[in-house]
Amino acid sequence: MATERAVAADDVSLVSATPVADSPAPRMRVDSLDAWFGSVHAVKGVNMHVRDRRVTAIIGPSGCGKSTFLRCLNRMHETVPTARVEGEVELDGRDIYARGVNAIAVRRHIGMVFQRPTPFPTMSIRDNVAAGLRALESGRPSRTKIDEVVERALVRAALWDEVKDRLSTSATGLSGGQQQRLCIARALATDPTVLLLDEPTASLDPISAQAVEELVYELRSDMTIVIVTHNMQQAARVSDSTAFFLHGELVEMDETNRIFTTPADERTEAYITGRFG
Amino acid sequence: MTLPERAIIATRQEDDGVTLRIQGAAIGDRVYSGAITFFALCIPFLLLAIAWEIGSAGWPALHKFGFGFLTSSDGDPVQGEFGAAPAIYGTIVSSIIALVLATPLAIGVSLFLSELAPRWLRQPVGFLVDLLAAIPSVVYGLWGIFVLLPVLRDPVMPFLRDTLHLDKTGLFSGPAYGPSMLAAGIILAIMVLPYIASVSREVLLAVPRSQREAALALGATRWESIWGAVLPYARSGIVGGIILGLGRALGETMAVTMLIGNRPEIAASLFAPGYTMASLLANEFSEASSDAHLSALMAVGFVLFLITVIVNAIARWLVWRVR
Repeated sequence: MATERAVAADDVSLVSATPVADSPAPRMRVDSLDAWFGSVHAVKGVNMHVRDRRVTAIIGPSGCGKSTFLRCLNRMHETVPTARVEGEVELDGRDIYARGVNAIAVRRHIGMVFQRPTPFPTMSIRDNVAAGLRALESGRPSRTKIDEVVERALVRAALWDEVKDRLSTSATGLSGGQQQRLCIARALATDPTVLLLDEPTASLDPISAQAVEELVYELRSDMTIVIVTHNMQQAARVSDSTAFFLHGELVEMDETNRIFTTPADERTEAYITGRFG
Repeated sequence: MTLPERAIIATRQEDDGVTLRIQGAAIGDRVYSGAITFFALCIPFLLLAIAWEIGSAGWPALHKFGFGFLTSSDGDPVQGEFGAAPAIYGTIVSSIIALVLATPLAIGVSLFLSELAPRWLRQPVGFLVDLLAAIPSVVYGLWGIFVLLPVLRDPVMPFLRDTLHLDKTGLFSGPAYGPSMLAAGIILAIMVLPYIASVSREVLLAVPRSQREAALALGATRWESIWGAVLPYARSGIVGGIILGLGRALGETMAVTMLIGNRPEIAASLFAPGYTMASLLANEFSEASSDAHLSALMAVGFVLFLITVIVNAIARWLVWRVR
C-alpha cells in the first residue's frame, strides 16, 4: 500500500500542476479534461485528483463550469445534446472514457444527486430507493433482498427513522429535505464507490440543508464524495479539500483550510473574501 | 418650510387621482367579470338545454319500451318495434377495438417523436400525424371501402381465421364479407390515433429533464429511463389522451356508417357486420315517418349523449385519481 501511495504521489507532480496532498490515495484522476456545449468551451484543461474517503468541494461563481465538470465525472455530461468531452477521467486507474467502457456501468459506480430533489412521483418511498436495483445476471433480486438494501440505504442516508412506517406511501409526501435524503439513499442503494453531489442543498431550507451536510460528513468514512456548492461556508464545513473554478479553469486546489486561510492564487482570495461572484 | 407642505398637498392630490382611478377600474372589473361569468354559464346551460330537448323528445319511446329499449334487439320500425341494444353494443365494441389498436401505436409514435427521433425529423413527422386528424371523415370512409375492405377480405381475415386459427376464439370466425365490426374498429383506430399521439407527445415533452437525468444517473439505459421514469410521470396525461380518443370514437359517424355493414344484430364475431348508435341515427333520421320512430331515434341520441358524458366523467375521475 505504501508504495502505491508513493507512486500516486509521484503522479501528482507529473500530471497535475496543482499540488494535492498525498494521503490517502486518489480514487479518481482527471487528466486535461475539456468539455463543450456546442461551441461553448465550458471546462478547460482540468487536472484533478479526487482522494478516497474524503469530501472534495468544488466552488466558484455561477457559470464557471463546476457543474459541467462534475457531470463529466460520471459521463452525465454527454446525455445533453451537442455536449462533447475530451481528456481522461480515471476511476481506480481505469479511464471511464476509454473505448469499450459502458457509460451505464460507469454511472452505477459513480452515483449522483442533483440540485433539486428528483424523487419519482409515481413510486412509493421503497420503490424509489430500489429504482436503481435491477435484474442482475443471476436474476431479479428477491423481495427480502430488496427490503434489506432499501433499509440499509435509508439508514445510511439518515432517513430510516422518519420513513420506516410509511415505506409504501408516495415519495411526494415527504418534505423537500427528506426528498433530497431519499435521493441520496437511492444513489447509495446501488453501492457506488463515488458519490457526486451537485449543489444538494441549494433548494433546501437551512435546517434541511444542515441535515444533508451532516449526512455528507458521515458518509465520507466509507466512500468518496465530490460536492459542488456555491455556499463557501458549506464547502468549509464539509470538505477536506477544495477546488476553485473560474471561467472553466481549475484555478487552485488544496486542503480546505488552506484554501480558506492562505490561498495561493489571488483570484481565489478575491472570491472567498467576497470581492466577486 | 413651505416647500414640504406643497409637496404634501401635491401628494394628496395625486392620491385622490389614484383612488378615483381605482374606483373606475372597480366598476369596469365588475362589468367585465359579470360578462365573462354570463358567457361561461352559457356553455353548461346550452348543454343542459340540448340534453333536456333530446331527452324529452325521446321520452315517449323510452316510456313505451322501458328498459327493454336498451336491451332488446327487435328493431322493426315498420311494426313499431325499436331496440337499441345492437347499436349500443356496436358503439362500445368498435370503440374498444379502436383504442386497443390505436393506443400502443400512438404511444409508440409519441415516444419516437419526443425521445428518439432526431431533431430535424420531429417537426415533419409530428405534422403528418396531426394531419391525420384533419382528413374529413367521409374520405376515411371512402378509403375504407376501396382499400381497407378488399385487404381485409383477402388476405387479412382468412389469415386470422384459417392460418392463425383464431376462429376458435369466436372473435374471428364466420365469412369474410369485408364490411364488419373489425373494419369499423380499424378505421376508428386510424382516426383517433392523432388525438392520442398528439396529447401523449405534449405530455411526454413536459416531463422534466431532471426525471430522465435522475434515472440515467442511477445507471439506467435509455429504455429503462423511458419505461421507469418518463412514462409513469406522463401516465395521467396519456390516459387523458386515450379518453379524448375514446370520445371521438364513440361519436364518429360517417366513416363507421360506410364500413360497419349496418346490420342491427349482436354477433360475437368481429367479422360480422354490426351497427352503432351514430350510424343508426345517420341512416334512419330521414326515413323516420312515424312519431314513435322519431322518438326512438331521439332516445338513441339521448343514450349516446349519456354514454359520452359518463365515459368522460370516468376519465376525469381516473386522471384526477392518478394525480
